[in-house]
Amino acid sequence: MEMLSGAEMVVRALQDEGVEYIFGYPGGAVLHIYDALFQQDTVNHILVRHEQAATHAADGYARATGKPGVVLVTSGPGATNAITGIATAFMDSIPMVVLSGQVRSDWIGDDAFQETDMVGLSRPIVKHSFMVRDPRQIPEMIKKAFYIANTGRPGPVLVDIPKDHTAPHNTFPYEYPKKVKMRSYAPVTRGHSGQIRKAVDELLKAKRPVIYAGGGVVQGEASPALAALARKLNFPVTNTLMGLGAYPGSDEQFLGMLGMHGTYEANMAMHNADVILVAGARLDDRVTNDARKFCPGAKIIHIDIDPASISKNVAAHIPIVGPVKQVLEEMLAMLDEQGEVGTDTKSLERWWQEIAGWRKVHGLRYETNEQGPMKPQQVVQALYKATKGEAYVTSDVGQHQMFAAQHYLYDRPRQWINSGGLGTMGFGLPAAMGVQFAHPDAVVACVTGEGSIQMNIQELSTCLQYGLPIKIININNQALGMVRQWQDMQYGGRHSQSYMESLPDFVKLAESYGHVGMLVEKFEDLDGAMEEAFALKDRLVFMDIYVDPTEHVYPMHIADGSMRDMWLSKTERT
Amino acid sequence: MRRIISILMENEPGALSRVVGLFSQRGYNIETLTVAPTEDETLSRLTMTTTGDEKKIEQITKHLNKLIEVVKLVDLTEGAHIEREIMLMKVKATGAQRAEVKRTVDIFRGQIVDVTATVYTVQLTGTTDKLEAFIAAIGETQVLEVVRSGVSGISRGEKVLSL
Repeated sequence: MEMLSGAEMVVRALQDEGVEYIFGYPGGAVLHIYDALFQQDTVNHILVRHEQAATHAADGYARATGKPGVVLVTSGPGATNAITGIATAFMDSIPMVVLSGQVRSDWIGDDAFQETDMVGLSRPIVKHSFMVRDPRQIPEMIKKAFYIANTGRPGPVLVDIPKDHTAPHNTFPYEYPKKVKMRSYAPVTRGHSGQIRKAVDELLKAKRPVIYAGGGVVQGEASPALAALARKLNFPVTNTLMGLGAYPGSDEQFLGMLGMHGTYEANMAMHNADVILVAGARLDDRVTNDARKFCPGAKIIHIDIDPASISKNVAAHIPIVGPVKQVLEEMLAMLDEQGEVGTDTKSLERWWQEIAGWRKVHGLRYETNEQGPMKPQQVVQALYKATKGEAYVTSDVGQHQMFAAQHYLYDRPRQWINSGGLGTMGFGLPAAMGVQFAHPDAVVACVTGEGSIQMNIQELSTCLQYGLPIKIININNQALGMVRQWQDMQYGGRHSQSYMESLPDFVKLAESYGHVGMLVEKFEDLDGAMEEAFALKDRLVFMDIYVDPTEHVYPMHIADGSMRDMWLSKTERT
Repeated sequence: MRRIISILMENEPGALSRVVGLFSQRGYNIETLTVAPTEDETLSRLTMTTTGDEKKIEQITKHLNKLIEVVKLVDLTEGAHIEREIMLMKVKATGAQRAEVKRTVDIFRGQIVDVTATVYTVQLTGTTDKLEAFIAAIGETQVLEVVRSGVSGISRGEKVLSL
């Protein structure tokens, strides 16, 4: 059998796992591993400028491909810097394997240089973690890490590796396990057929149904099954922030996003529904508003791979634990078996008429002003036009994120990439890097704001090093827009610390990093500038676009209300 | 409502911290906790008592089941079960008290396991209620030190928690 050092086993295991890219930053505790990486060329290491960006880039790669993102960081500050990115991936159930260096095993607990209890620190934000106690464990632990990260409800897995266990002079027989055997981990592979039958019967009886699909449909590759079911039944579909793209955004049966900043029609349809099919979503507080007032007349059918997500916030009438793809496909098979679909078509017709009425009420309208500054919504719509709706769009967190969710229509799963659960500012640019590595020829746009982009601005340097032609759409309202919106609405307009003074000249900043910078201040220049930017296919373009600082995101749920309680503009409410 | 949750988990470093961490991170209570390896040394048996309504207990058991190292678990309070806790207690035993303490220990079927001129060390096994009744009977002012093991439990009948 081949004899390898611990460091070589780490790298070989990644090769055997088929890893293309590993995002990381070197440091003392991982130098043996970096030396082993240097001596091969199948695993490409991407050097970021801050470990947080390594995790977001790996996360973006995972979201764009469905394959686990891989991160390598050193002990102590390297590991702690990765925490925000691990938590981001955990909240959105993104498969990720994080390899962190640790001080040598005989120093653990002695407050050694760059020592942090990373297994302890990361415990609440990982699906699982391992500490290597013997180099012989490395192949099996890495195999298990990938298996756990990418099965069941996906999530990040940490492998903490003390430096002495990667020492080059100690070699061990290497064999990568073909299979994982874990008596204590067996994710569900099929939903309960009896429950699925009950759900189908309920769906067929529905008079006012809604399909509410979330990130689980994207992660679980269930979009085709979802679309087939929705079309067969002629049911309206709404997606969560994480689920955008799970059902085509430009389809007639699509109601738009639901929840806090969901469309009027999606939230009204939810509130008035008699049957709601929840697929791969977790009924979280940004969707339900006050859970006690949530959809009072609705029977809830809830499909999720994670039993703990079912009946956590809202009790499910028909819980189905299982992979959403398999469950939806079994539903389709049951419908096919009985020949005629057998829905209540008369009631459905009335339901669609009612929905058409709601669509007219708001339709994501906003006021434009010929003379005044342009609106952030116009920027997203111009982006949609310039990219023909086909770009991968990553976003940061805040108002621009909501505008990008509302006004860009995502027709494909994995096309929209954002930090939905944790809401991590600084996610957008490094995530876009991961997406661009995964799809080198695709158009990748990062919709951001002048607040968020400065949280990981250093990655412009990484983008130059690897020639990543990302288009940064900086929706610049010179303020922390979402914070200020809440301050306007709930704090008497007192803008405590939400104003961004002393903004850099982003054009010059982009140029100093070796990229193209563009300043857009007038609406009439917007389309032209977008075209110009996207024509520069091999360059990163930083578009600094000044917009109306007073704009708010609407609709917006009224706190502690039901799904139908919304502000529709600064002055109108339901 | 008080529940006794019994868990069979991998006997590995870090497994216990995950269970305990889950409780603090999700705001659940742990009232007692006992853990030790089983006859199969790769497995530990952990018993904990907690309180919560139906919904909370359901979430607790679901989240515990999600922990990779948890192999199996059972809510013992869902069925007939036996629960035991062991208590060691130092009690003042001077003068007239000495005989009185001895009598109380006998009534509760405890044992005096160590003796000095002024102190009895008492060992008592039983349910949590019984131990508390004993403390009340001795009188808190007489008690010098108490150490309790926390609840251990097992289901009645032929049902077993094993692989």
